[in-house]
Amino acid sequence: MPRWRMPICASATLAAAGLLLSGCANPSVGSANDDPTKPVTIKFWHGWATPGEVKAVNDSIDRFEKLHPNIHVKATGNVSDETINQALRAGGDKAPDVVSSFTTNNVGQYCDSGMWADLDPFMKKTGLDKHKTFPKTLLDYTSYHGSQCALPLLADAFGMYYNKDAFDEAGIERPPRTMSEFEEVAKKLTVRSGKRSYKRVGFMPNFRFYQNSPDRLFAQWGPGYFDADGDSRLADEPSTYKFFKAAGQLADAQGGFDDLERFRMTFGDEMSSQNAFLTQKVAMHLDGEWRGLMLNEAKAKFNWDVAPLPVPDDQAETYGRGFITGTVAGIAHSSKHQNAAWELVRFLTADTKQVVNFANAIHNVPSTYAALKSPDLDADPTFRTFFDILENKHSKALPPSVNGGAYVVALMDFAYGVEAGRVSDLRKGLKKLDEQIDADTLQSKS
Amino acid sequence: MALNLSNPARRRLRTLGFLSPWLVGFSVFFAYPLIATVYFSFMHYNQIKEPTFVGLRNWTYVFEQMPLFGPALRNTLWLVVIMVAVRVVFGLSLGLLITKIKTGAGFFRTAFYIPYLAPPVAATVAFVFLLNPGSGPVNEILGAVGISGPNWFNDPDTAKPSLVLLSLWGIGDLMVIFMAALLDVPKEQYEAAELDGAGAFAKFRYVTWPSITPIVMFAVVTGVVQTMQYYTQALVAGKVASGVNIGPGSVIQPGYPDHSTLTVPQLVYQMGFQNFNTGAACVLSLVLFAIAMAVTMLLMRKRSGLLSAED
Repeated sequence: MPRWRMPICASATLAAAGLLLSGCANPSVGSANDDPTKPVTIKFWHGWATPGEVKAVNDSIDRFEKLHPNIHVKATGNVSDETINQALRAGGDKAPDVVSSFTTNNVGQYCDSGMWADLDPFMKKTGLDKHKTFPKTLLDYTSYHGSQCALPLLADAFGMYYNKDAFDEAGIERPPRTMSEFEEVAKKLTVRSGKRSYKRVGFMPNFRFYQNSPDRLFAQWGPGYFDADGDSRLADEPSTYKFFKAAGQLADAQGGFDDLERFRMTFGDEMSSQNAFLTQKVAMHLDGEWRGLMLNEAKAKFNWDVAPLPVPDDQAETYGRGFITGTVAGIAHSSKHQNAAWELVRFLTADTKQVVNFANAIHNVPSTYAALKSPDLDADPTFRTFFDILENKHSKALPPSVNGGAYVVALMDFAYGVEAGRVSDLRKGLKKLDEQIDADTLQSKS
Repeated sequence: MALNLSNPARRRLRTLGFLSPWLVGFSVFFAYPLIATVYFSFMHYNQIKEPTFVGLRNWTYVFEQMPLFGPALRNTLWLVVIMVAVRVVFGLSLGLLITKIKTGAGFFRTAFYIPYLAPPVAATVAFVFLLNPGSGPVNEILGAVGISGPNWFNDPDTAKPSLVLLSLWGIGDLMVIFMAALLDVPKEQYEAAELDGAGAFAKFRYVTWPSITPIVMFAVVTGVVQTMQYYTQALVAGKVASGVNIGPGSVIQPGYPDHSTLTVPQLVYQMGFQNFNTGAACVLSLVLFAIAMAVTMLLMRKRSGLLSAED
C-alpha cells in the first residue's frame, strides 16, 4: 500500500468504528403507548430480601393483582442499585418495568440521565396531586431539577435506640438531648475491660459503625451541602467544623478513636443476632425504625426505648429532628408497558390502605399524609417516635445530585480520615473536598 | 466453479482462510474493545444518552482532578513489584524444597496446592476472619505468647502486605510450574557440577538457574499482567475488613483502609459501573493497558537477552 494511503485508511477505519460504536451505544427506549387495561406481565425489581419482607411485597402484589386482574406482576427481590443500573442501561426484554431503590442517593442520576421515566405526566393523566399526597421533604428527594422520576415507597427516619437497663444502672434518668449531654452520658455508660478494650461503650461514634455514616450524623446540624449554583460549600459551612469537633469529642470521651475502632472490629454483622446493640456492646445506637421490629423478633434480653438523636447545644430548639431517607420507586425508561407500570407504582406509593399495610408489615414509616394519619397504623409508641422525626420540620434528607451519591461517598471518605486524625488542617481538607465534589459533578454533566 | 486466481492470490487467500479464526478472535476480543475504549475516552457517555464529544476533558479529569488515581496507581505498581517478586521467590523456594522431599512428597504437594483451588472470594473472607485484629485466631494465638498482633487488613501499613500473605497462601499454581521445571533439569549436569566440587549454592547458580530462567520469566510476565488486573481479593478484603454494612442501596469507596488496597481496576469499575462515567473509566483502562504493555515488552526484551546469553 502506498504510504499516503495509510493515514486515509486508518482514519476511515476509526471513523467507521466510531459510527459503529455510537450506534451500539443507543440504549433501548420504552414508551407509554400501552393500554393499561389490556393483559400484560410486568417485571418489578426491589431490594427486600428477608423472608418477612419478601412475604410483605408478595402480599402487596396479590392485592394489586386483585384490583388489576389484567396486570400480572413478576417480582424479583434482593436486587441492588448496581444491578438495576446495569440492567436498565443494557435494556432488552429481561430489564424490569418497575424499579425501586433503598437509597435516595442516586435519584439525581436517575432523573438527569433519563434512566427512570418522569412520573409527572402519569400523575397528571390519572389525577394524582403529588403535593397533597406526599410530604415536601420526600418529594424533594425523589426529584431532580424539575423531573419527578421517582416517588417515595415508605420512608426511613433515624433516631436513637437506648438500653434502659444500662441507663438505670448508670443512674441516667432520660436520654440526652444536646451534644454536651450526649458526651457526658456516653462517658458514664462506657465500661472498660482491660487496657485497650471494653465491655460496653456508651455510643460508638466511629463512622464505619453500621448506620453511623457521617451524612446521617451530620443531619443533626442541618447542613447545607450546596450553594444556589449547585457548588459544594462544606468548607464554608460553619456546622461542618462543629460536627467534626463534636464527633471527635464523643470518641475522646470514651477512650479515643483507636481503641473504639479495635472494639468495633469485634462486633457481629449488623443484621444478625450478633448486632452490637442487641448483644449490649453499645448502650446508645443510631438506627432506623426497622430495628424495633428486629429487636422484638430477636427477644432482646434488656429493656430498650427510642428517642431522637441529640442536637448541637446551640440548636437545642431543633431537638426531635433526624435524618430522613427512604425507598423510592419508579418506571424504567426502557419499559414498553409504562402505563401498566404506573398503575403498580401508583398502587404501591399512593394507595393509603396499601401503604399502611406495607408499613405495618415491614415496620417502615409511611410516606403519604393520609397513611401517616391512618388509625390502622401500628400503635407501637417506639415505632411512632419515628413518625414524629419524619414530620419534624428540621429533619433533613440528602439533596439529590447529578452523579448520585458520589458527593456522599467523597464526604464519607474524607470523614474517615478526619476521625482517624489524618487530616491536620480541616479547612484546607474541606476546601479540597469541595473542589473534588465540584470536579466530579462537572465531569458527570453532559 | 473454481475461481480463476493466480497462484500468489490463491496462496494469500488460503493463508487468510487459515488465519481467519484468529483474525475474528483478534478483531472481536482485542481490536474492537481497544478502538471502543479509545473512542469513548474522548466522549461524555453515561450509557443512557447519546455520547457527546468532550475532547481531552476525561483525560485532564483523570490526571489532574481525580485524587484517587495517584494512590490507586501507586498501590497497583507496589503490588506488581512486591507481590510478583515475593510470589516467585516463595513459589520457587517451595518447589525446590518439595522436589527434595523423599517421603510424603505427595502429601506436601497436595497440601500446598489445595488452597489454590479455593474460590478467591471465599479464601479472602476466610483470611480476613483469621486476621481480624479484635477477634481473629491469629492475633489470639500471638496474644497468648505475649505478642501484640498487628491490625492486618485494618491498618494502611499492613493491609497490602496482608494481601501478599493471602497470595502466598494460594501459591499452588506457581509451585507446580516450578516443580515441573526443576524436575526437568538434567541430572547429569548436577553430577558433573558435583565432580567439579560445586556446593549447593553453586549448583543452583550454575545448573538450576540457567535451566529454569525461561520458566521464571514466564512466571514474572504472567504475574505482572495478572497483578495489573488485581481486583477481587483487594475489593473483598477491604469491604469485609471495614465491617461497613453494604446493603442493596449503599455505595462505599473501595480501598479500605485509607485507600491502601485501592487498585486501578477497582477505580475503573467504580467509574464505569457505579458512577457511569464511561469516559474516565476508559482513560484509566488505557493507562493500565499502556503500563502493562510497556512492562511486558521490557520483560520480553530482557528475556530474549537472557536466552541469547544462554545460547
